[in-house]
Amino acid sequence: MGAATKAKSEANIKTVENATCTFCGCLCDDMVLTVDMDAKKITKAKNACVLGKALFLSHEEEDRPFALIDGKPATLKEGVEEAAQILANARFPMFYGMSDTTCEAQRQNVALVDMVGGTIDSTTSVCHGPTGMALQGVGESTATLGEIKNRADLVIYWGGNPAESLPRHFARYAVTAKGMYTPNRKKDRTIVNVDVRRTKSVPVADIFIQVKIGADFELLWALRALVKGRHVDPNIEKRTGVSLETMKDLVERMKNCRYGVLFFGMGLSMTRGRHFNSAAILSLASDLNEYTHFIATPMRGHGNVAGADIVVSWQTGYPFGVNFSRGYPKFNPGEFTATDMFARGDADAGLILASDPGSNFTQAAIDHMKKIPMIVLDPKLTHTAKLARVAFTTSHYGINTGGTAYRSDGVPIELRPCLDSKYPSDEEVIRAIYKRVEQLLKTRKKTKGANNKRRKAA
Amino acid sequence: MGSTLRIVNGRVYDPANDVDGKTRDICIKDGKIVKSVPPKTKCIDAKGMVVMPGGVDIHCHIAGAKANIARKLQPDDHRRDVHPRLDLKKVNTRSGTGGTVPSTFTTGYRYATMGYTTAMEAAVPPLLARHTLDEFEDTPVIDKGFYILMGNNVLLYQMLQEGRHEEIRNAVAWWLNATKSYTTKLVNPGGDEPWKGHRNATITQLNDKIDGYEQLTPRKIITSMVNTVEDLGLPHPVHIHCNNLGHSGNYKTTLETMKATGGRRIHITHIQFHSYGGKPNENPTSKAPQIAEYINNNSNITADVGQVMFGRSTSMTADAPLAWMLTRYSNDRRWVNADTECESGCGIIPFAYQEQVYTHALQWAIGLELFLLSKDPWRMVLSTDHPNGGTFTSYPRLIRTLMDREFRKQQMDSVNQKAVAKIKRGHHMEREYTLQEIAIVTRAGPARILGLKNKGHLGPGADADITIYDEHEDKELMFSAPRYVLKSGHLIIDNHEFRNNHEGKILHVAPGYDEGIKDVIRPFVEDFYTIKFDNYAVSDHYIPRHEVVPTAKQ
Repeated sequence: MGAATKAKSEANIKTVENATCTFCGCLCDDMVLTVDMDAKKITKAKNACVLGKALFLSHEEEDRPFALIDGKPATLKEGVEEAAQILANARFPMFYGMSDTTCEAQRQNVALVDMVGGTIDSTTSVCHGPTGMALQGVGESTATLGEIKNRADLVIYWGGNPAESLPRHFARYAVTAKGMYTPNRKKDRTIVNVDVRRTKSVPVADIFIQVKIGADFELLWALRALVKGRHVDPNIEKRTGVSLETMKDLVERMKNCRYGVLFFGMGLSMTRGRHFNSAAILSLASDLNEYTHFIATPMRGHGNVAGADIVVSWQTGYPFGVNFSRGYPKFNPGEFTATDMFARGDADAGLILASDPGSNFTQAAIDHMKKIPMIVLDPKLTHTAKLARVAFTTSHYGINTGGTAYRSDGVPIELRPCLDSKYPSDEEVIRAIYKRVEQLLKTRKKTKGANNKRRKAA
Repeated sequence: MGSTLRIVNGRVYDPANDVDGKTRDICIKDGKIVKSVPPKTKCIDAKGMVVMPGGVDIHCHIAGAKANIARKLQPDDHRRDVHPRLDLKKVNTRSGTGGTVPSTFTTGYRYATMGYTTAMEAAVPPLLARHTLDEFEDTPVIDKGFYILMGNNVLLYQMLQEGRHEEIRNAVAWWLNATKSYTTKLVNPGGDEPWKGHRNATITQLNDKIDGYEQLTPRKIITSMVNTVEDLGLPHPVHIHCNNLGHSGNYKTTLETMKATGGRRIHITHIQFHSYGGKPNENPTSKAPQIAEYINNNSNITADVGQVMFGRSTSMTADAPLAWMLTRYSNDRRWVNADTECESGCGIIPFAYQEQVYTHALQWAIGLELFLLSKDPWRMVLSTDHPNGGTFTSYPRLIRTLMDREFRKQQMDSVNQKAVAKIKRGHHMEREYTLQEIAIVTRAGPARILGLKNKGHLGPGADADITIYDEHEDKELMFSAPRYVLKSGHLIIDNHEFRNNHEGKILHVAPGYDEGIKDVIRPFVEDFYTIKFDNYAVSDHYIPRHEVVPTAKQ
């Protein structure tokens, strides 16, 4: 940190420059944080958006036990022992989360699941997992956000609402950002918004196209046909709510721009059609490269959800929904994704790292989580932590803990923590559990491979 | 108190020290090769075996953003080639998947089990260096480094346009330090601007003007970088992927590029892909004899072959227009393009080289021609441009193809005969590489070209990276399964079994530069990148185990 950290000793106020906000996938790295070291509070977060301010200014280290076992306070060591026993004796443990922690913790987490032969999944499976599957079918044409800032003269937002979920997306990257070939900011760009309703992101757009609910795929497919010069029946308007004239106008703009980009959100990946929708929009961008340079890229929500995909991919070859029961990685979304595994009642133990499925999974999945021994790592007492056998209190990544996070476009950024914490980091807890599980598995007698381990389960 | 070991009775191939198959003892202490060890030291009896330095891969794509997209892209590539973890009670390894782009752990283990102990990732956009280093942390056993892409760097363009050569030297040195990289790489220099900015065009002539830069041509970029790297005294010269890769008639560009350097050192990579005659958009012919002759006669040039091997591959390159061109020839619908701001392009497509396809068979034969016509194995070394021409796991088969004339003939007879007919016949086709020559093209040569003084040989002071093979008539079998592999003195493969894990180190350079250059780079990064300048440079804890390879001035 060196020069970026200036200590003002008189009031014990510290300033941390170029810190990164981990609230959303924008991963803005231009925070200037003013920290009151005595009060252990962040008092100012210059450059932060409304969400970032909420993250930094409300940060408070709660005085909680290091661990809870069955809701009762426990030491870290006791928590680690209990967690290790659960995992060493589990037949089919499910690991989930990872989108709000460092890559260093994610890496250790995959090492742990590999060793115990469990299943691992990230929050990707409930946001842009279908986009990951679409990539496997059709590829993608993508770019880092700086290239879009510098070059894009046509920006299309589809099925997402960055004004509310990624508040600085417009100013930093794609609408009012000043780039190399876009010196006049918004004047050098045409902004299009496609959505089923008028979101708060619509006013910034030059063109708004309202598509009927559930008709994104049909609209995308019709656009692909038009790009390729095929006939499209004017009746398409009845199905999509968008006239053929509007489509033709958009296609002309897309073919004639210099550098076009399609940003898409969960309005595509998590609605009717899912990976078909994502594949359609990725294909549309690829098709357009016959005429000009065109990009399509998902807008990601959590701070380091991209990192979870990236880490799991480099360690296993697959981005999410990976099972190790046979001693090597297997990939099968639907079978090895967390919400399905819990809802079917397959998992006999769970480890939730930096996520709160207890608040947003289906009731069937939550009901099953209540029945099995769960391990949770989180700075807060989340819904999931409340139903866990072992709940660890960990420090907050980006505020208390350094490490690496990947922006939604794959640019890795090193975090600059500003406040110490008495709580261990996610990585430290996972490492401790790993070490203990390794001991248990190595000294266990009568192991005939993984199957015997399963028979011994509770 | 250090660990010592002696390898006895083995036939040693150590070309850097002029040892050609003589029986010698090799002594090891504390991870290094030494002159002698105490008499009671533990021994490996290598009777009937061949002892060589660990293999050094000068050019491969194994880690970082593009390799990882290629992994994500191809579940079909992984599922039929899994890499299980070993029994925890014996050795704690990680599982993974293979295929053309293996997961990181599998990459490390498979290099090691093949007797390779060093590998260089050949194309990393500087902005994404952290990603490559992250993956290197999870790539076990081998030592590794990477080259940063500098041939389409917009800030350097601006400096070069204005003739600010002193600043270019400082900026390149800053970038090498900021990324912990090994050297600079040029890929299709000048090609990104037309690709990104002008409807997916590219550049085809060394003297073509680059869009938006009146004074700039690929030739200027190449000569500027050659001079810069020479001034900095980097251990490895500029690593060049020439313009027009894969296009018929491109051998002229390749010759021009080699001539443009005015006698200074350069390394031309995967030169097989740059040795084609014929007219653009028509079938290629072989110009391997012309390319090989030029290299034979000019000692400033080194090259790796970039051999094509039949079977599945993944084409992944910073040369985005090339990948776009290849989509026309691929029967796989998947295509990836990935632009990195101000620095690079990238293209990925799954690919398969087929014996019966004229172009593929010709590419395969051109690679062999280059090997067989090369008079100096120290300057024409082995690579498949993994995984572009083929995977690194196909090296043993390639070695057999070079060493075994009959095996080569059988293959020649079974591939597209129109292609084979295009190859120059002659005495060279009878050549069989010797074990000593194989030791040169797979370890001693790459190490020397890289300027790695402690690699690729078995003299005192060298890293104890050693491979011991059973002698075998079938050279593919021999080179795919060494009996012993030592990495930094640790016995990794013991009697064919993976016994010990090991974490390799990062090899990088740290040339000096004028701190004032930061004031020049800073405003550009703040304006045209999307991260803060102060967050750009990679901090030291991304390289917990590393070695700074000195420049000529250090």
